[in-house]
Order: sequence, then C-alpha cells, then structure tokens
Amino acid sequence: MTIKIETPLSDSVVSSLRAGDEVSVSGVMYIARDAAHKRLVSLIESGEALPFDPRGQIIYYAGPTPPKPGQVIGSVGPTTSGRMDPYTIPLLELGLKGMIGKGYRSAAVRKGLIEHRAVYFAAIGGAGVLAGQCMKSAKPIAYEELGPEALWRVEAEDFPAFVVYDAYGGDLYEEGTSKYRVC
Amino acid sequence: MVLCCACCGLTAALLPGQPVAIYHHLFGNGRRGAEGMDDLSEKNRKEDRQDVNGANPDWGGGFGLSCADVRHIDASEIAEAVYKLCMKVTCVLPPENIAALERAMEEEKSPQGRQALARILENHRLAGELMQPACQDTGIAVVFIELGQDVHVCGGDLNQAIDEGVRRGYSEAYLRKSVVHDPLFGRVNTKDNTPAIVHLQMVPGCSLKITVVAKGGGAENMSGLAMLTPASGVEGVRNFVVDQVRKAGPNACPPVIVGVGVGGNFETVAFLAKKALIRPVGERNPNPKYAALEEELLREINGLGIGPQGFGGSVTALAVHIEAYPCHIASLPVAVNLNCHVAPHSTVIL
Repeated sequence: MTIKIETPLSDSVVSSLRAGDEVSVSGVMYIARDAAHKRLVSLIESGEALPFDPRGQIIYYAGPTPPKPGQVIGSVGPTTSGRMDPYTIPLLELGLKGMIGKGYRSAAVRKGLIEHRAVYFAAIGGAGVLAGQCMKSAKPIAYEELGPEALWRVEAEDFPAFVVYDAYGGDLYEEGTSKYRVC
Repeated sequence: MVLCCACCGLTAALLPGQPVAIYHHLFGNGRRGAEGMDDLSEKNRKEDRQDVNGANPDWGGGFGLSCADVRHIDASEIAEAVYKLCMKVTCVLPPENIAALERAMEEEKSPQGRQALARILENHRLAGELMQPACQDTGIAVVFIELGQDVHVCGGDLNQAIDEGVRRGYSEAYLRKSVVHDPLFGRVNTKDNTPAIVHLQMVPGCSLKITVVAKGGGAENMSGLAMLTPASGVEGVRNFVVDQVRKAGPNACPPVIVGVGVGGNFETVAFLAKKALIRPVGERNPNPKYAALEEELLREINGLGIGPQGFGGSVTALAVHIEAYPCHIASLPVAVNLNCHVAPHSTVIL
C-alpha cells in the first residue's frame, strides 16, 4: 500500500515511516547533487545563509536533462547518494528531514538519520522520464552556472519512492537482500 | 616494424599509435568457428592456435568487403554519423535490453523487484515514444571506432569530427552535459559534453564502424580491476567478479549488465571489460568455456539477493559478458565494468 506524504515533513510523519514502505511524495522538494552540496556546506561552515531553509525539507539527489520546449523539466531520475555522504550531517543538523536518491549511505549518515529523526528514500534509478512527469513546476534557485548541478526548487506530485533507511535504523537494502540471498 | 602475433601467427606491420598486432583479438574480427575444414590435421593445428575468444587464425577480412583502392571518408560524414547516434542512443534502447528486462519481470520473485521492473519498462517505453532520455545521466560519450585500414579520413581531424557530432547531438537531443574540464582542479562543466572518450582501432577492410556508448557515472563508479596471480585461476576471477557486484549493490542501478575483462595487461583488461558491455545483451562468448563461466557467474550473482534497485530479489544482473585475451606468464588481470539496466549504446557502419 502506498503512503501519501507531503512536504515539509513533520516529525510525526518521519516517525511513522518504516524501511520498505512505499510512498508517494507531493509538495516542494529541492534538487541538488555533488557540486551544489559542496557549496551549501561551505556556506554552512562560514556561517552564511543558505539559498533555501532546509527545515522539514527533502533534498532529491539528481541532475536533470535540459527540458524540451514546453516541458517543466527533463528526465530526472535519482543519482547515487553515497557521494553526498560527506555533506549530509551539517544539513541534518539544520533540520533537513528527508533525502531521495539511490544506493547505500555511510554508517555516519545512517546514524545521523536516527539522531536527527530523518529518513532516506530511494527512487527508481534510471526511470528518468517517469520522474520528470511527476514535477509540476521546476526552477533553478542557485548555482545555475553549474549546469546540471544547479540547485532547483521543484513541486512534485505523487513522486514514487521507497523508504530505505528509517529513523530507527531499519534498512530495506539489508532486509530485502537477506530475504532473497541463496548463497 | 613487423610483429608476429603470439597466438595466431599473424604477421602485421606496427605503425605508431596503432596496436595492429592485437586488434583482431580485441575487436573480434575473424571470429569464426573452426568447422568446415576438410583436412583434420589442418583443423587440429588451427584449433591449437585458437585464441581465448574462440577465433581461429584465419584472417578476418574486416566487414566482408574487399577493395582495390583506398576509400575516402570525409570527416564531416563521421561527425554527422556520431550526431545521429547521439540523437537516439539514450532514448531508443537496444531491443535486446528490453527483452532481457521483460524476461527479468517473469523471473523476479520479489514483489518490490517486479514493481521496480514494471516502472523501468514503462519508463523505457515512454523514452522511445517521447524521444526523451530514459535516464537523466546521458553519460560521457565513449566512442569506439573501428577504422578499416583501407580508409583515408579526409577533410578534417577525426577526433574533432567525433567531438563535433557529440556537441551537436547532446545539444539538439536535450541530453545532459556531464563532463568537467579537469578532474581535480575547478571541475568546470564543458557545457557541450565534449571531449568524448575515443577508442580507435585499425581493422582490415574499407569500412568505418562507429559505436557510441552514453556511459553513465553511477555504474561506472562501481568498476574494479585486480591483478591476480595465475594460481588464483578461475576461482579467483569468479570471487572478484561476484564480490564487485555485491559491493556495488543498489548503487549501479540493478539489474545490471556485468562486463568482465580477463587477461591482457593492466590497461587492456579494463578495455576488455568495457568492450564486453557493447556486446548485445545475453549473447554468449563464442568460446564454450567462457560461455559456461558467464552463465555460472550470472547464476551466482543472481543468488546474491540484491534484486532490482537493491530492494531484494532474484534478478540482480541481466547478463554477464566476458572478453578474454592472452596474458603474461606472471599475470591474471581481471576487470569488472558495470552497466545499469538502461545500457545505452548504438552502432553504425559507414
């Protein structure tokens, strides 16, 4: 059964989610990947304001293709999240509540999710067309010179994702793999 | 300089920058079975010299064409061909990839795995219909060129022509520009997805074959290479390959296609692993021993339980492709290069 969730995420919504849950996300999300994260964290380290308030928000790790004429955004499936691990804790400390991407996170990030009551989701890697169709609006809000690595504000409608790491240490990758491992 | 190939006795002139002595193995020209030979002793003699890819030592003759004169191909034709390949490569996926995903859908035991596969299939169908990239990572363009030795590229620089095709294709097809100018310092996006990575090989004949691979970064980052020792044998290779896929887990967007290089040396084994990925999905190595190893590895990898997208399941890989090459008495190099399920590549012969 799909759980509908809306951003910004409240503590009670985050607390209700468990690894393996299928969700559909609606509302504002921020798209950022490697280079944008480097800049965000450097702003945090120097005590400057971020281009958006991360409290309660979800960052979607992605770098879209350019939109064709008439499109809101191009293909925009998730990128590998582990590359953002070194930048994640400072954002969780500022109140970030969710991240969507694909692939493993570090032990430090998984611990950070428990400490800061946040959740990590996976979207379907490689399904960029479907992901793009869930975006009702999209606008780069900073770092446009980075091209596909700009920071975007998007409005999603029923964006499908799975809870991989919940706020209690639950781990869909481990649970799923151990269920089907035969060797 | 004239070289004699160690495994088939081929004699070839070695020109600067052109690895003539090895190309017929690396690119598999002349890959034919040993059947049809009347003289048994001749057959045995040739089978003794059969290389690791099952190719017999008969000269391949390029793409089956013979030419008396040098053929001229204008660089602009090459640019145009690369442009056209880039226009479709990330949108229209090879039919064998789709067929492999459909088979995976039938075989997958996990409901979440099947759900992921259903979305992937729907996504790939829409990509072709809308001519929109299936995945946002439209890669760095890896361009394999098999240049017939009777071809003269005229009217411009070959590498510039390839880059021109990439530049136009990535711009007009609204593909993502994912190349930075320097890996360490600045990492400024080149904004046109150039330069491409070009693998140029000379082959017999008067054709020019171009394969464009739009190689994404996520699966590429999960590659690995090991210089094993001969004592490690098949077991060592098997353990390395399976472990590499296990470590990649959900990161490489499973179900993956596993490209394996075995033999050669440090740089050749990586190239073999990459080359293995452009073989049509599921096509077996013509050498029965390697074909059996491919099937064995596929079974073992699918027993890891990683499943589609790493959510758990029985289909972690769609195929394992091995390319092998003779190697030094001291060495057993092995490399793994992974492709996600999108695996975009497209070929044209001029």
